[in-house]
Amino acid sequence: MCMSLDERKSNKIKKKRNRFIFRTVILAVMLVAIIYALVSNMDKDNTIYRVGDQAPDFQLEQINHNNEIETIRLSDYEGKGVMLNFWGTWCPPCEAEMPYMQELYPKYKEKGIEIIAVDLNDTRLNVKQFIDKYELTFPVPFDNKGVVSDLYKIGPMPTTYFISPDGEIVEKVEGGLTLEKLEGYFQEILPE
Amino acid sequence: MKNIKCDCGHVNPEGTVLCESCGKPIEGNQHIDGNDNKRLLNMRYDGTARRSQTYNKSIVDKIWSFFSSVKVGVWLIVIALVASAVGTIFPQEQYIPIDAVSRDPAVYYQDAYGILGQIYYQLGFHNLFSSWWFLILIALIGVSLVICSLDRFVPLYKALKKQKPQRHHSFLSRQRLFSETEEVTEEEKQKVINSLKAQRYKINEENGHVLAEKGRFSRWGPYVNHIGLIIILLAALLRSTPLFYTNEYLWVREGEQKVIPGTKSEYFIENKGFILDLYDENDDRFKAALEKQGTMVPSNFQTNAIVYKQSEDVVTGAEAQLEKVTEDEIRMNHPLEFEGYKIYQSGYQLNEVNQMTFTIQEIENEDGEPLAEFTIDVTDPKAEYELDNGFKVEINEFFPDFYLDSTGPKTETQFPRNPTFIFKLYPPNSDESETSFVGDVISAAEALGINTEAVELNPMGEVLGQFATNLDATGENEYKISIQDMDFHRVSGLSIRKDHSLPFFGVGALIFMIGVVQGMYWQHRRVWIRPTEKGLMLAAHTNKNWFGIKKEIENSIENTNIKMVDDQQELDE
Amino acid sequence: MGNLISFSSTMLYTAFILYLIATFFFGFTIRDKHTSTSKGSKGVAAKIGISLTIAGFIAQLTYFITRWIASGHAPVSNLFEFMTFFGMTIVLAFIFIYFIYKLTVLGLFALPVALIIIAYASMFPTEVSPLVPSLQSHWLYIHVTTVSLGQGILAISFVTGVIYLIKHIDQSQLNWRNFSLEAVLYSLVLFIGFVVITTTFNTMDYSASFEYKNGSKTYTTEYNLPALAGPNEGILLTEGVMEPWFETPAWMHGADAGKKFNTLVWSFITGTIIYGLVLLILRKRIGAAIQPLLKNVKLDLLDEITYRAVAIGFPVFTLGGLIFAAIWAQEAWGRFWGWDPKEVWALITWFFYAAFLHLRLSRGWHGEKSAWLAVGGFAIIMFNLIAVNLILAGLHSYA
Repeated sequence: MCMSLDERKSNKIKKKRNRFIFRTVILAVMLVAIIYALVSNMDKDNTIYRVGDQAPDFQLEQINHNNEIETIRLSDYEGKGVMLNFWGTWCPPCEAEMPYMQELYPKYKEKGIEIIAVDLNDTRLNVKQFIDKYELTFPVPFDNKGVVSDLYKIGPMPTTYFISPDGEIVEKVEGGLTLEKLEGYFQEILPE
Repeated sequence: MKNIKCDCGHVNPEGTVLCESCGKPIEGNQHIDGNDNKRLLNMRYDGTARRSQTYNKSIVDKIWSFFSSVKVGVWLIVIALVASAVGTIFPQEQYIPIDAVSRDPAVYYQDAYGILGQIYYQLGFHNLFSSWWFLILIALIGVSLVICSLDRFVPLYKALKKQKPQRHHSFLSRQRLFSETEEVTEEEKQKVINSLKAQRYKINEENGHVLAEKGRFSRWGPYVNHIGLIIILLAALLRSTPLFYTNEYLWVREGEQKVIPGTKSEYFIENKGFILDLYDENDDRFKAALEKQGTMVPSNFQTNAIVYKQSEDVVTGAEAQLEKVTEDEIRMNHPLEFEGYKIYQSGYQLNEVNQMTFTIQEIENEDGEPLAEFTIDVTDPKAEYELDNGFKVEINEFFPDFYLDSTGPKTETQFPRNPTFIFKLYPPNSDESETSFVGDVISAAEALGINTEAVELNPMGEVLGQFATNLDATGENEYKISIQDMDFHRVSGLSIRKDHSLPFFGVGALIFMIGVVQGMYWQHRRVWIRPTEKGLMLAAHTNKNWFGIKKEIENSIENTNIKMVDDQQELDE
Repeated sequence: MGNLISFSSTMLYTAFILYLIATFFFGFTIRDKHTSTSKGSKGVAAKIGISLTIAGFIAQLTYFITRWIASGHAPVSNLFEFMTFFGMTIVLAFIFIYFIYKLTVLGLFALPVALIIIAYASMFPTEVSPLVPSLQSHWLYIHVTTVSLGQGILAISFVTGVIYLIKHIDQSQLNWRNFSLEAVLYSLVLFIGFVVITTTFNTMDYSASFEYKNGSKTYTTEYNLPALAGPNEGILLTEGVMEPWFETPAWMHGADAGKKFNTLVWSFITGTIIYGLVLLILRKRIGAAIQPLLKNVKLDLLDEITYRAVAIGFPVFTLGGLIFAAIWAQEAWGRFWGWDPKEVWALITWFFYAAFLHLRLSRGWHGEKSAWLAVGGFAIIMFNLIAVNLILAGLHSYA
């Protein structure tokens, strides 16, 4: 009780400053929490692998009879640009982009780009007939257990990943591609 | 900031309504709790200063005092309440019925509810509960919870801690329960104290002034339950990270083995068989209800499942040794549990075709013995089938889920729900083929008025021969291919959840319940006795259940001269 | 098995009759001109009233247990069973509160509310129905009984709130407040209207079938009341019955909307006629007619019971309606909260009573304001019990 007036005053100022800091910190923490909640709510797609990530490796049986490879393993293509396409014979936009892919394939294969078109949930028969219809020559891995589609969390089809020679996802496209767009993306993953 | 010195000598901080020491109303501050025009004192926080109401300077302080107001809190609750009600006017997007004209929200709301539905959709109310503004609303309630609690906890703590038995006479006389007795003997007073003690009051005596108190801990109830609510909100925040919560869905056919999504290809599940049991129509107990309802009622959905784990670390998709982890029956209300995951029976599909058997006959001799028969595994058809009698069948096109639109035959999905084939049939010793279109059982059945969605309860195979489509494209065919038999397999829909946030929700809910019971089922009761010249003043306060405290006072003054307290409540005016 | 069920039904009927008689005895207690201490003839009447109530409760408990044994599951699985049980928890809560406060007038109002609810419940299909897989869980009765008990206790706050309002609000001339109070009483009469009209046509065995389209499908529906409102674009199949006067508007889209709307129209008409008759007999508003009977009742005691009932009921409701509900939903569907309409309305109820408590504790909303809030809370509970099941689609729509 025997504080001087000055002491009291400085005490009060200190108290006031502490209160200000306390309130600012609490409010800031809550603001950050709210922003975090909003952002994670907006971000509805639960993709685990995003642009900039390393594309996860996988291995699947290859079923295109026009291509001699038997087993596809993504990591074998290090040093090459990879277009990783997910498709099905029953999906009209997938069907629409296939001729473009085939058109560009021979040219870009020489330049060091590989097209890998993973087929999901189909019958081998339909895949074969589809390949014959469009005379596809690039490898078509067959994912009948849904393993790779779960790995890449494929939602709508087609979905295409463009992967750089050092294995990084450069672009992810949901929906069909045109010839021009396709070439544009190929430029991005061309090995030097 | 100035302090206020009370007559009793105690120095109170600014904003104090009732002196912290003696309880005397502090002049000039009575408007804060609305005491100025009331006979009774408002005992909120025992009249101590609440910080938020005293300083209003920087932005931070302004925001702080905004959220510290209970009025704001109640408004937020009311807004959340109204918003929630709006969200139930029409079904939310995830509850659009499966048999709706379209499950596309852009179509559904207008189609089902007209212009109101369209407005509802365009305002985004079909996803109201996950909208950013609803989330912010709930978050603001959280902010209000935190700040209100912080702001009120300290003053209340102080007020209850430094309670003195000696109180100003006006503090006593303006309590709701009050009486003054002119003449009271010391013996009588002691009797009252003893009786209060016997009723488990804690007695605090000082210079003849008495404070009897019990149930103080119930005052902390609101803070405890608010902590519980804050924990629940934090748990909801945690849950929005994939680390704590994943939610996946999987369709798996009988006999099929599939990767369990969301497990990074570590776990696989095999569907050993799907079971759908129905209630027996002749069951005495339910006969009447079943008859009235007119439909079958399922009694059990069940998947017999085995979960495997990849025993070695191989690249995704490569063949690997699988090790059995667990085998269980997945039923409604009985999920399968393994290593942090739970698998729930969430759906089923009974009308997927597994195998189809066809026969070949001469068109001119339709009733005769079939010339050849072949079976196609619809999930993996072959390109051609060599048959007895020299027939050969090629599959020209296969549509697992057939439909026809203006551009021709199509398949809607990859699932064999309406398998349809275009065959090329080579008769014995012939290079010439004829084309047959066979299948589309669904529209044939619908044309006959059969509800194909109820197929599961009345296997379609029974009525096949009668109506299966067989189109002869050229009209020149000699042979007819018809469906002899269809074999359906059952597809089980499973949801896979991992939810590590549950314990947090559990703890939050538990703390909330403890707090709410603590605050609601116990009461903080106080009785003050202030000696006067020859007699005494008796006053009492409780935060609820006045009926109960009156009874206790009645008990304690039994056989004494002390007057029963008057209830000065103003409701009857 | 059949015997057990018919015995069970008899016990429910017995309970109903006992509650009804008990109501009259409680009514007798307020006619007494003396003070409220329980002495003399009034004390005897109160004792008989509460004894009959307890006997009725035991009878209803017997109904509940025997029906449970007969059906193999807790009888809380359809609208009839659930509403009946709700009536029972109101009685239980009343008995409980009665023994704390010994307020006889409570019986005069609480029992009729329970009676109306039980009668209302009996208008829905009463057959023992099989349990679909999603309901096959112990949580069914843990969740439903707790929630119902919470709502029963909260219903007592509605009862005391209404008594408070009837006693407190000035009836000398029509104003907004006594008009609103009268609207509350009128809506109780509408339930009676529903019961009367349904029973009337049930005993006549009335039936008319309609065929109508909803979306792409064609349904048939059987009306048990003459069709004032036919289904939207419906065709009457039965011959020799009344043609509908008008069609149910197209925007009413719930399952069997036409039939429900027709029932609603009938209930309104019948309820309004009954209300009109009552007005004609009393020659004043119902509220005004009851008011003088309440002169011995203390307002602050009513206010306290209102608050007490909320204070006791709120935690029970939270436990049953939100926490147990969430645990069960987690067990059955793997998600403890899904924004299903019933869930949302449970949350709305919870929000409402939370606001009630905050307004009372922090902003001093006592007396009349508190009473109005108690009435509002009960309206939300009833909306959740009836409207959400019958109108809003969802996982819980079992009627």
